[in-house]
Amino acid sequence: MANNLGLTVKPVSTTSPEEEARVAAWIDTVEYKEKNFARQALVINPVHACQPLGAELAAHGFEGTLPFVHGSQGCASYYRSTLTRHFREPAAAVCSSMTEDGAVFGGQNNLHEGLENAIALYHPKMIAVFTSCMPEIIGDDLTAYLKNARSKGIIPKALPVPFANTPSFSGTHVTGYDAMLLAILQALTEGKRVEDRCTGKLNFLTGFDTNTGNYREYKRILEAFGAPYTLLADISETFDSPLDGTYRLYPGGTPLAEAADAINGKATLTVGPYSTAKTFAWVKDTFAGAHAAIPLPMGVQRTDAFLMKVAELTGKPIPESLKAERGRAVDAMTDAHQYLHGKKFAVYGDPDLLLGYVAFLLEMGATPWHVLSSKGSKKLEKELHALLDSSPYGKGAQVHMGRDLWHLRSLLMTDPVDAVIGDTHGKFAAHDAKVPLFRYGFPIYDRVGRHRIPLVGYAGVVNMVTELANAFIDLRDATDDDRHFEMMR
Amino acid sequence: MSSTVKKVEGITKESTQQMIDRALEAYPEKGRQKRAPHLAPNDASACSACVKSNRKTVPGVMSARGCAFAGAKGVVWGPIRDMVHVSHGPVGCGWYSWGTRRNLVSGKNGVTNFAMQFTSDFQEKDIVYGGDKKLAVLLKEARELFPLAKGISVLSECPVGLIGDDINAVAKKATTDLDLPVIPCNCEGFRGVSQSLGHHISNDTIRDYLIETREFAEPATPYDIALIGDYNIGGDVWSAKALLEEIGLNVKATWTGDGEMERIAATHRVKLNLIHCYRSMNYMCKVMEEKYGIPFVEFNFFGPTKIKESLRKIAERFDDRIQSNVEKVIAKYDPLMQQVIDTYRPRLEGKKVMLYVGGLRPRHTVSAYEDLGMVVVGSGYEFAHHDDYERTSPEMPDATVIYDDASEHELEQFVDELKPDLIGSGIKEKYVFQKMGLPFRQMHSWDYSGPYHGYQGFPIFARDVDMAVNSPTWKLVKSPF
Repeated sequence: MANNLGLTVKPVSTTSPEEEARVAAWIDTVEYKEKNFARQALVINPVHACQPLGAELAAHGFEGTLPFVHGSQGCASYYRSTLTRHFREPAAAVCSSMTEDGAVFGGQNNLHEGLENAIALYHPKMIAVFTSCMPEIIGDDLTAYLKNARSKGIIPKALPVPFANTPSFSGTHVTGYDAMLLAILQALTEGKRVEDRCTGKLNFLTGFDTNTGNYREYKRILEAFGAPYTLLADISETFDSPLDGTYRLYPGGTPLAEAADAINGKATLTVGPYSTAKTFAWVKDTFAGAHAAIPLPMGVQRTDAFLMKVAELTGKPIPESLKAERGRAVDAMTDAHQYLHGKKFAVYGDPDLLLGYVAFLLEMGATPWHVLSSKGSKKLEKELHALLDSSPYGKGAQVHMGRDLWHLRSLLMTDPVDAVIGDTHGKFAAHDAKVPLFRYGFPIYDRVGRHRIPLVGYAGVVNMVTELANAFIDLRDATDDDRHFEMMR
Repeated sequence: MSSTVKKVEGITKESTQQMIDRALEAYPEKGRQKRAPHLAPNDASACSACVKSNRKTVPGVMSARGCAFAGAKGVVWGPIRDMVHVSHGPVGCGWYSWGTRRNLVSGKNGVTNFAMQFTSDFQEKDIVYGGDKKLAVLLKEARELFPLAKGISVLSECPVGLIGDDINAVAKKATTDLDLPVIPCNCEGFRGVSQSLGHHISNDTIRDYLIETREFAEPATPYDIALIGDYNIGGDVWSAKALLEEIGLNVKATWTGDGEMERIAATHRVKLNLIHCYRSMNYMCKVMEEKYGIPFVEFNFFGPTKIKESLRKIAERFDDRIQSNVEKVIAKYDPLMQQVIDTYRPRLEGKKVMLYVGGLRPRHTVSAYEDLGMVVVGSGYEFAHHDDYERTSPEMPDATVIYDDASEHELEQFVDELKPDLIGSGIKEKYVFQKMGLPFRQMHSWDYSGPYHGYQGFPIFARDVDMAVNSPTWKLVKSPF
């Protein structure tokens, strides 16, 4: 029976080119921007994904760990596809594939059957279970379900199976990362605290970070210190594994025994204060040794602070090699300052990254003009303002909390900038504004190998300076008229 | 359809069954029993389905399947370019399916096309108090911000159905209040067993809410057709449409690649429906046949052999004019396609291919590979039904392995034993096999290339296949030390 909406039958209409041009011009106006910013309910082109995606990323950071999505089958495929598209690497995960009957009877049977099959087929050393919407809404009791699975012998005695509740209708991918990381560390370290035992190691938490180059950079720096360390949730091998003719289901991750012994560490340091907030709060109460949370080391000063903190926590001096690296980074910045000084940027992304972009731009004498987060918080807003206020180049910058990329488009069209920093999803807004988009966030679907280029540490500074400055020079080469097209730049 | 039964040297029913049995060994008893009926050697002469299909996914096996929402948003509704498609529920589902399927669109983004991510971004309070009020508000906002949108679809995610929201009532009221079609689609991801039910539900919503609500403004002709089940991946619709126009047909509507809502709504006035992806749109073709007497023809625009066969099959439905046009078009393109074959066939002759894809490609592309001298040694679908496997049987060589909703474990086992030279599957499988040193092409997204349909598509397909199989990078996989 057609036409259940009671629509009047009309001829197929066409939109005239004039009408299209009128609306195209209108959406670039201040009037439209105001209408757009008045939105209460509709979210358009958000910067955040949902919790389970982050949970899966955390799970991939541990040795032999199989991420297990408890929920509908489609959820698992979405997370796997998204991670794979970004890294161009496999992302192995299984699912309890709940269907309509699960809504009636609960998901225990699916969970148990899924565990049994996954253990037999994929021989994990740990299964990290996290939830999508369905079990959260129907109220599945994972504590009980997993306890039952153990008593039935489905889960072998020695197999850790941590779980995290990660409903997609609260928080973001960053919250989910934190929840899964916490659950994994709780499960692995339970009962492992030994008085007076110290591993002598620095435990290191990166936060939700999809740049494998960053992980390798942290390791290189800690090795330069000669400081023993445990990098927790290390995805660098999982998502940047060698191609040598053999597929490895679990190519990397923090060794489980090492992660378990992290509770007896000398100190724990997180550089993702926003994306490891809950985990770090628990670590402070539970882990031995000193604890510190510092900002993501992007830019020279934040890298300085990072090195000084590592020196403090490990008792090792900052190595000469890193001091020289610092000098080279500053050299790169001064060499390139003329291409970036005074340039206006729009930046968006996860809280820790966003603060990093802003810190770096201010050091270069560039202005982070529009700073946007699609979830945000009062705490983040305050911290961003404090950072912007600390520099003359932060003057006039606007912080937009709880805004999306359709808001960003209005900002770019009505209050233009020279460039945008963010993930691939901003390409349409940047394209319409005719400015370059520097792809530094997650996901990056439309460029290759970006996840291998570190943005943290002094090496990160050099990488960003080089890329940004040369892009502006390329732009001049592409747009200067013949009289101004010259050998020198 | 192929009249002769194809064979592959070294592959027998026994050898394939033994391979399947070995792959099943690792399963626990219950899992093995569930998976066994989904794996079988092809019986090419029987033209019947050799495997069971469209059953619940076995938990924990690492299935590649998506969900009903994916079938609705990613396949049927999402590609309609001039509508706002609201992913109604939490932020994730719409975010993951944003731009990832490559259904290209005409028009201007945010003005006349809406290839964007619209969501109600459900929070805890929406779960507790329901999301209907929020939905009513956001529909109004979409209407105001996007005045040239021809309609809005509301695509439900899991929570909407579970908490008992009534999006149908909200949509009906909004349709009147906003003077705009607002179409509710109850395509929650937990419904059914795969994307497939999402296709069906979406077809049903087109039937219930859209078809017959518009009439074409221009007078009808005997050559009016609709192109159904082409989603314009990498520009496929544009290639197919150009070819159909070249033989003298009027393509009045495209379902739904680069689709226009109002033209879809007036499709009950065409003379013939041409359907490419049978799985996702056979439902509406059957409805239009029964209700309006519009026949439909299944066709295949992959590779010159099938294109030629399909064009002649289509021409049979029309007069001499179209039939002579078709012969002219075939005569025009045959030598061009032969040049493509002459270039690539020597580089690809005898190479083995394994496929594991979605709606139509596991059978429709078989002949295109054969045009290049390649042989398909295994094929299967994520979400097919019995009738898809019936149609697959004669296309595939006899005794080759057929797999339904294959797990990653099974695919790995089959690849390990069959040692194909190319695998055509999806993004989740791609790097698994590339790590093994095996060439791979994404056969859902054309690996960001395309089009592959029609005469414009075949040279690109051939180039891409050659590029994958013969890339010198594969020679570097084994290190000398």
